[in-house]
Amino acid sequence: MTLTRFVTKNAFRNKRRSLLTLLSIGFSLLLLTVMMTVWRAFYMSNGSAESAQRLIVRHKVSLAQFMPISYRERIRSIPGVKQVVHETWFGGQYKDDKPENFFAQFGTDPQELFKVYTEFQIPDDQLEAWQRDRAGCVVDAQLAKKHGWQVGDKLHIKGQIFPFDLELTIRGIYTAPDPTESIYFNNTYLDEGYPRLKGRVGFFGVLADSPEHVAGIVQAIEEMFRNSDYPVKAESEKAFNLDWIAMMGNVKAFILSICGAVVFATLLVSANTMAMSIRERTREVALLKTLGFTRGTVLMLFVAESVSLAAAGGLLGSIGASFLVYVMSRAPQMSLMLSGVRANPSTVLTAVLIGGLVGAVSSFVPAYNASRRNIVEGLRHIG
Amino acid sequence: MAIPIQYNIRNLKLRRSATIMTALGIALTVTTAIFNMALLAGLNAAFRSSGDPLNVLVLRKGATAELTAGGVDRDALPIMRELPGVGRDPQGQALVSGEDLLVIVLPRRDGSGDANVTVRFMTPLGIEMRPEVKLLPGGRWFTPGQREITISKAVHERFGQTNIGDTMWIGKGAWTVVGMFDAGGTGHDSEIWGDINQLAADFDRVTYNSVLIRGTDAVATDALKNRVSDDQRLKLSGMLETEYWARQTNSGAPIKYVGTIVGIIMAIGSCFAAMNTMYAAVAYRSREIATLRVIGFSRPSILTSFVLESLLLSLLGALIGIVLMLPFNGMATGTNNFVTFSEAVFSLRMTPGVVGAALLFALVMGLFGGIAPAWHAAKREILASLRD
Repeated sequence: MTLTRFVTKNAFRNKRRSLLTLLSIGFSLLLLTVMMTVWRAFYMSNGSAESAQRLIVRHKVSLAQFMPISYRERIRSIPGVKQVVHETWFGGQYKDDKPENFFAQFGTDPQELFKVYTEFQIPDDQLEAWQRDRAGCVVDAQLAKKHGWQVGDKLHIKGQIFPFDLELTIRGIYTAPDPTESIYFNNTYLDEGYPRLKGRVGFFGVLADSPEHVAGIVQAIEEMFRNSDYPVKAESEKAFNLDWIAMMGNVKAFILSICGAVVFATLLVSANTMAMSIRERTREVALLKTLGFTRGTVLMLFVAESVSLAAAGGLLGSIGASFLVYVMSRAPQMSLMLSGVRANPSTVLTAVLIGGLVGAVSSFVPAYNASRRNIVEGLRHIG
Repeated sequence: MAIPIQYNIRNLKLRRSATIMTALGIALTVTTAIFNMALLAGLNAAFRSSGDPLNVLVLRKGATAELTAGGVDRDALPIMRELPGVGRDPQGQALVSGEDLLVIVLPRRDGSGDANVTVRFMTPLGIEMRPEVKLLPGGRWFTPGQREITISKAVHERFGQTNIGDTMWIGKGAWTVVGMFDAGGTGHDSEIWGDINQLAADFDRVTYNSVLIRGTDAVATDALKNRVSDDQRLKLSGMLETEYWARQTNSGAPIKYVGTIVGIIMAIGSCFAAMNTMYAAVAYRSREIATLRVIGFSRPSILTSFVLESLLLSLLGALIGIVLMLPFNGMATGTNNFVTFSEAVFSLRMTPGVVGAALLFALVMGLFGGIAPAWHAAKREILASLRD
C-alpha cells in the first residue's frame, strides 16, 4: 500500500462525513467561483479586440443630456478616428414593464452603425432594406429568438422618456459575439416624432484605427469641446461600461466581503471535519508511530488528506459555478451586466487551489498536535 | 417523556470546538443574509416612506418618471391652480409647485469614481409642500433668482464638492452650496435642491418635468388625481406621490436577485456542515443514546432531543451573526435608481423583520442539518449501540 493510497482510503473512510464535507466545501467554493467570475468580467477583462478600439463620447453632465449632431463631423476630423456614429437611448417599453421584456432601443444612423460596431454581422440585403426604411429597425439575433421575432414583424415600443410611440418594422437581424439586448432604429424617426430634439443626439460611438490611439483620442475630443456650450466626456468603451457597474453601488466591496466570508466558512468546515476525524484516530496515529512512521510523515498524511478533500470540493464547486454563471447571465434582472459572461479555466483552477490551501491551513493545527502526541498516551486514548 | 434541554446544552459545551466552528459557519451565512436583507429593507424604507398621501404628482401622459423629455407646459399651471380641492397656504397661495429635474455628475468621496445625482429645481413653495424635509442648522435654503443650492446631508456624506460654500457647475454657471437638509430617510435624501427660475433662464426650458399639487384632504386629493388625468386641455396624468415613489423600489431587483442566490448557496453549505457536526455528535454518543433508551426514553424523545440540539446550535450561530452585523446598522450606501438613472442614497436597516427573518433562516438550516442525524440516532438498535 503506497502512501497516496493510504491517504485516499482514509479520506473516504467515513463516507458520509467525507461526502458532507465535500458538499459543504463545494457549495462555498461554488459561490467563490461565481464571485471571481463576475469580478474578472467586470474589472479584469478588456473586452473584445473590437471593444478595445472603441470609445464613447457623451455630454459631460450625464447621459440624459443631449449634444448637437454637428459634433460628429468634428470628432471625425480628429487624427486616428476611423468612424463615428451617433446613438440616442429611447428608453421605451415593449409590452409591459416586466424585466424579461426589457431591452435597449437606440436611434442611430443606419449608414454608419455597422462600420463602428464591426463585430456585428448582418446580411447585406437586410442592411440595405433597413437603410431604405426610416421606420425600420434591426434586432439582436438572441433577442429575436427570445421573443420569436422574424424579419417583417412589427414592434410597438411605448415612449416613456419621449412623448410618442415607435411603430417599427424589423428589417434585419444582426448577430453579435455577446448578447447586446438591443435594437437599433433610424434616428430620423426620432427627429420627426419629437422635433424638439431634432439635431441633438445622446452619445457617439467612435472607432479608433488602433487600441493604442484610444487614450490620445479621448484627450483630443475632450479638449475640442471643453469650452463649448456642450462639454463632453470621452472614455473607452470598457470604462463606460464600468461606470454603469459603479452606479450599482460599491460592487467591489460587496464581492470582496462575500469572498472573504465564503473562504472563512470553508476554513471552519474543513477544520471541523479534520479535528473530528483526527480525534477518532488518536490510537491509530500512535500505532503508525510504533511502526516507525516519523512525526513529519504523520503530519503530511493528515494534511494531504485534508487538502485532497478540500480541493475535490473546489473542483465540484467550480463545475456547479460554471452552470450557475450561465443561468445568471441569462436572468432578466442581470441582463445587461452579465451578458456573455462564462467561468473560464483559470478561475476554476484558482478555486481548486484556494480549496487546497484552505484544506492545508485548516488541518495543520490538529494534525500537528496529533503527530506530537506521546505514543503511550495515544495508545491509551479512549474514544 | 422528554429529555431535558439541559442535556443538549451541556453536550454543546462539552464539544466546544466543534460547536464554535459550526456556529461560526452558520453565523457567517446569517451575516451575509442579514446584510442583503438590511440593504433591501433600507431601500424599501426610503421609497415607501417618501411622498405625502395628500400630494398628487402630475406628469405628461404616458410618462412614468419625472426625468423625461417633454413635460408639463407652463400654461397648464394656472389651470391646475384653479382646480377645486387644491390646498392653500396661509398666504392664500395655491399649493401647486412646478418642478424640474436634472442629473449631474459628482465625484464619490470614497474615490470610487463619479456618480449621477438628481437635482430638483423648484420655488420656495415646493419646500413648503414637503414639511418632512428639515433644514439643518448652519445653512439656509437657496434664494430665488440666485445660483444657489441646498443639498441633502446624505449626498454631502457620499459626494465630494458638497461642503457649504463649494460650487458646482450646472448648466451655464457655478451654483453655490448654501445649506443642507435632512429628508429623514426618504427619496429626497438622494437630491440637491435649487431655484427653478434661475435654471429656466440658464437652460431655456419651456416645460416643467413634473407638477406637485397638494389636496385639502384625502377625498379632494383623489378627486384631483382623476380630474388632472381627465382634463383634455392638459394631456397629463396624475398619481399619488406615495405611489410614484413606491414603484421605484424595483431598483433593488439586482440586489435581491444576487442576495437570494448567495443566501441560498451559503445556507446549503452551512446545512451540510451542521449535519456533519450533528452526525459526529450522534456517533460520539452512541452508547449514551442506547443507555437513555434503556432507562426508558422513547425514540421520539431522542429524535426531538437531537433536533433541538441542532436548533440550539443554529440559534447560537444566528445570535453571533446578528451581533456581528449590528455595527453596520444605519450605514449609508447607494445604488442606481432605474427610474431617475441617478444614485438612490439609503441606509442599511436591521428592522425587527430582518432580524426575525434571519433567526428563522438559521432555524431552518438547523432543522435541515439536524433531522437526518437525529433520525439516525433514534433508529439505532439498543444492543448494537451498547456493543460499540
